[in-house]
Amino acid sequence: MRKMRAAFAIAALLVLSACVKPPLYSWGRYEDLIYQMYIKPGDADPVTQTAKLREDIEKANVESKPVPPGVHAHLAYLYYQQGDLGAAKQEFLIEKKLFPESAPFVDGVLERMERKSEQQP
Amino acid sequence: MRKYAATLLFALAASACVPKPDYTLYRNRMPRSILVLPPQNATATVEASYIFLSTASRPLAEAGYYVFPVAVVDAFMKENGLPTPDEMHGVSLKKIKEVFGADAVLYFTIEQWGQKYYVISSQTVVRANARLVDVETGQTLWEGKAVGVYDSGAGAPGGIFGALIAAAVHQILFSMVDRTHELSRLATTQMVINKDNGLLMGPRHPEHSTDARGR
Repeated sequence: MRKMRAAFAIAALLVLSACVKPPLYSWGRYEDLIYQMYIKPGDADPVTQTAKLREDIEKANVESKPVPPGVHAHLAYLYYQQGDLGAAKQEFLIEKKLFPESAPFVDGVLERMERKSEQQP
Repeated sequence: MRKYAATLLFALAASACVPKPDYTLYRNRMPRSILVLPPQNATATVEASYIFLSTASRPLAEAGYYVFPVAVVDAFMKENGLPTPDEMHGVSLKKIKEVFGADAVLYFTIEQWGQKYYVISSQTVVRANARLVDVETGQTLWEGKAVGVYDSGAGAPGGIFGALIAAAVHQILFSMVDRTHELSRLATTQMVINKDNGLLMGPRHPEHSTDARGR
């Protein structure tokens, strides 16, 4: 009886797993960090978020899984908040390279950033 | 585990009531990129908009679309004199095209959020309407409802006292905020990835060219 039950359980698991496709992207903690920065901002200041996203990106690279849309742009914004405009620019450009759909936005942001840094030498 | 099973059942039941949409226009105007704005909020729970927003990117990207970074978009709008979701929803499509170059905008309105109490149980509900709008033409391409219900009475051990204890234990284990967060995630996923009335598979999805809806 017990063996039969186990067999059923395994069969059910197999049927279920056949329907679940692997995700397109390695999500890491991107969405959880967005949740935290709004709802529990003390847990997700820009420095903490940057460290966690860097780890997630590293992990995705190791697993050769693509990083989701928005992650590099989000990271760019975190660097911008910390005053590191060089790293911000670099991350925005990675977002644009991975996702050309972001080009109009990224180009506009980079242009505004450049103008701003010229104003405050 | 019981928590998830109950929630899933409700989400499935809710989606079954919606009629099958006409996908022709959506298919013809197939967007590649989607800008998600912070939801408008018709409820009294202030944090609802941003809890919900934090669960919107993943299902949309997994359906094959480029999703603009939601928090960056929000910060950008705030820095440009639009402090609330209501004001952001008022931005013209012309301006959105100019600044973001997005193909479509997804507008959410949160209709219901939080706990309702009954004699021996309580329900936590997350309910939002969604409208996908073509930036070029202003036409509505798709409309959906994101619904998540968590019933603290469902599956409670027998008898009134059992149920009472179960309700009390659930209240201690899961804070309201965390529960609505979890429900949002289920509700957005169920709304987007759904063969009957969800989004069409977008250009970045391997099934984009085989998705027969709207052909």
